[in-house]
Amino acid sequence: MPDTPDGAGVLLPKQVAPDSASVPAPDAAILSVRDLTVRFRTEDGVVKAVDGLSFDLARGSTLGIVGESGSGKSVTALSVLGLHNPERTELGGTIRFDGTELIGAPRRTLNRLRGRRISMIFQDALAALSPFYTVGEQIAETYREHMGASRKEAKARAVEMLGRVGIPNPNRRADDYPHHFSGGMRQRAMIAMALVCDPDLLIADEPTTALDVTVQAQILDLIADLQAETGTAIIFITHDLGVIASTVHDVLVMYAGRCVERGTVREVLKDPRHPYTWGLLSSVPELSGSVDLPLRPVRGTPPSLLNPPPGCPFHPRCDYVARVPEHACSLDRPPLELVAGRGSACHLATADKTRIFADEVRPLLG
Amino acid sequence: MDQKTGVQDRPSAEPGTAPLLEVAGLVKHFPVRTGGLGRRQVGKVRAVDGLDLAVGVGESLGLVGESGCGKSTTGRLITRLLEPTDGSIRYQGREIGHATRRELAPIRSEIQMIFQDPYSSLNPRQTVGAIVAAPMEINRIDPPGGRKAKVKELLERVGLNPEHYNRFPHEFSGGQRQRVGIARALALRPKLIVADEPVSALDVSIQAQVVNLLQSLQRELDIAFLFIAHDLAVVRHFSERVAVMYLGKIVEVADRDSVYGNPHHPYTHTLLSAVCEPDPDKARGRRALPIGDPPSPLAPPSGCRFRTRCPKAQPLCAEQEPPLAQLAELADGHRVACHFPGPAEDTLTHR
Ligand SMILES: Nc1ncnc2c1ncn2[C@@H]1O[C@H](COP(=O)(O)OP(=O)(O)OP(=O)(O)O)[C@@H](O)[C@H]1O
Ligand SMILES: Nc1ncnc2c1ncn2[C@@H]1O[C@H](COP(=O)(O)OP(=O)(O)OP(=O)(O)O)[C@@H](O)[C@H]1O
Ligand code: SF4
Ligand code: SF4
Ligand SMILES: [Mg+2]
Ligand SMILES: [Mg+2]
Repeated sequence: MPDTPDGAGVLLPKQVAPDSASVPAPDAAILSVRDLTVRFRTEDGVVKAVDGLSFDLARGSTLGIVGESGSGKSVTALSVLGLHNPERTELGGTIRFDGTELIGAPRRTLNRLRGRRISMIFQDALAALSPFYTVGEQIAETYREHMGASRKEAKARAVEMLGRVGIPNPNRRADDYPHHFSGGMRQRAMIAMALVCDPDLLIADEPTTALDVTVQAQILDLIADLQAETGTAIIFITHDLGVIASTVHDVLVMYAGRCVERGTVREVLKDPRHPYTWGLLSSVPELSGSVDLPLRPVRGTPPSLLNPPPGCPFHPRCDYVARVPEHACSLDRPPLELVAGRGSACHLATADKTRIFADEVRPLLG
Repeated sequence: MDQKTGVQDRPSAEPGTAPLLEVAGLVKHFPVRTGGLGRRQVGKVRAVDGLDLAVGVGESLGLVGESGCGKSTTGRLITRLLEPTDGSIRYQGREIGHATRRELAPIRSEIQMIFQDPYSSLNPRQTVGAIVAAPMEINRIDPPGGRKAKVKELLERVGLNPEHYNRFPHEFSGGQRQRVGIARALALRPKLIVADEPVSALDVSIQAQVVNLLQSLQRELDIAFLFIAHDLAVVRHFSERVAVMYLGKIVEVADRDSVYGNPHHPYTHTLLSAVCEPDPDKARGRRALPIGDPPSPLAPPSGCRFRTRCPKAQPLCAEQEPPLAQLAELADGHRVACHFPGPAEDTLTHR
């Protein structure tokens, strides 16, 4: 059972007592991350890629992680998989997977979990599949390695999985090499490989970003169908808010290595409470909005992770700094206060957040 | 100039009324060869296979369609990085489809291309100043005030600091590099820019900055665009007219309101039904998605190429290829290549 996040005082001050009812019961959470920090030693200094991130993921649910390029989404995922190079990486906080602490866990433990109970799909299927083995062999090998199945069983299982992800004639196509498959089929094959051992947790990092919309739609439907069948929990990483809207239950918005907003997909997209989330929504054109107004991107450039801005990391780009008294935005780091799993790390008063979005931001969206 | 360059005048060109660019029956086939020594040709990829489109002066035409349908090949033919197998490309009424390198020189400056990948399209060993000045150098153009002043002006025009003249591409972010590519494309005052997925590799916020920049350039400098992208909302935002492509051909083209609001080709219906909107209330239902994978461009289906995935297909669709034709009941310029065109509801209920 995960500890109470006592060390996470800055980030989660209110989560300990009053809202404990809203925190998923520990045995319901398959994954529990508390105050995760990931730092890389580089020539230029220490990169604070993840800086105090906490979240829980309930069994069978889907969490979307959104945020701009470089905000720490992939680094978070790789931490859960234990894939960072320990020589150059400093990990802090805790990551509990079904009761097992992953940070500092022996290689053997991580290797045993990875591929069997935790698996991952990437943007680039070609990089994940070997060109030298047939698609069927690769899926079968994963199954044999983790489940100790016989060759024959594993081959049958590979064919079954290819059929389940919608590859026609799976029996014959299992003998094809990845380069015989189209982009969409390769992505399906990678999903088949990721799910062959019925994992409890699947991490999908931009799985449809390289695909066109029709193939993307098929892959998203496929992931949803498989989840309904198997009850796998999913972390879905993307910068596409459209994909988020149609795929996930809950959303975590990241900025500069931190969670700046958390809530259900409806809460975050329909009633966002953080200026960065407003900026994200204003940046994307809508399919039916006005085409006369220019898009409204977040101004400025992403923050340095070597020397993150003091106070709120978003303050150099935020249009609402003046609405917060006493220069708090540039002085104090706003905590993420969660009430029933909902909250945003911003000094504005909740009533102001709701009003500003409704009166000033919403009317300008498409 | 025309005689010297050998570029043919179009006999029927009416000055002022002809579109800036007119493409008719454009074809590009890539030979497919066996491996090994013989390298026998065993077939051909029909990447572009009878494509018609026109772009007016200062107009932005969007080009959308599935991966591999031939969008980039079309862009590379128009900028003449590739030579067509057949068909015609007329720029300002002049046929340029088979013009030689030398004949193309004066036109090359007017038709520029912006690429998807701001990382690989800039030479890492050249300074930004040298990159942006290169087109002027190659074409031996000396703007008043000198090249360096012109480059600084261009950098400023695309929102970069002119002081960055001596920096190298790796010192810039993705969005900034894309701006360098745009500054380079602007160096010769182009009249037409082919932008191939110019914002696909960028973060949404940077994407919005670059879209706004391109839009202000289009309006202020009256540059026409062929805007290739897979994000249908971005295409709608940027392009006054939109052409939908399927396996080497245009299947529907119209003004943006008609394509998005009143599409009549079953493939366009499929494409639009697949879009994910950033609004849980409009979240994509499971609707007219095409069944299975696209057919091979080596051996496209007979008749209508969409018939193997079209919910409305009839025997006629396999026998005859539908022409891209104006439909009487639709807006002027709304053309559809389908034997049984109709509103989206028809396609959806045929499932
Ligand atoms: N091994 C590493 N060494 C040093 N810095 C790293 C390393 N891996 C990632 N970073 C840095 O950490 C930050 C977070 O990177 P991450 O890949 O998590 O971003 P992301 O949110 O996934 O972005 P994107 O949307 O572009 O994929 C970036 O600034 C990145 O440059
Ligand atoms: N040089 C080439 N040799 C052989 N085949 C090619 C070549 N260039 C493109 N093709 C093929 O032509 C077809 C059209 O490719 P093209 O790159 O134009 O598609 P696209 O619509 O731009 O796709 P995407 O959306 O993935 O960029 C594809 O089947 C592609 O594999
Ligand atoms: S804390 Fe201040 S700077 Fe940060 S998002 Fe809120 S208003 Fe903006
Ligand atoms: S011509 Fe036939 S197959 Fe082609 S799109 Fe129209 S109805 Fe479908
Ligand atoms: Mg990433
Ligand atoms: Mg392309």
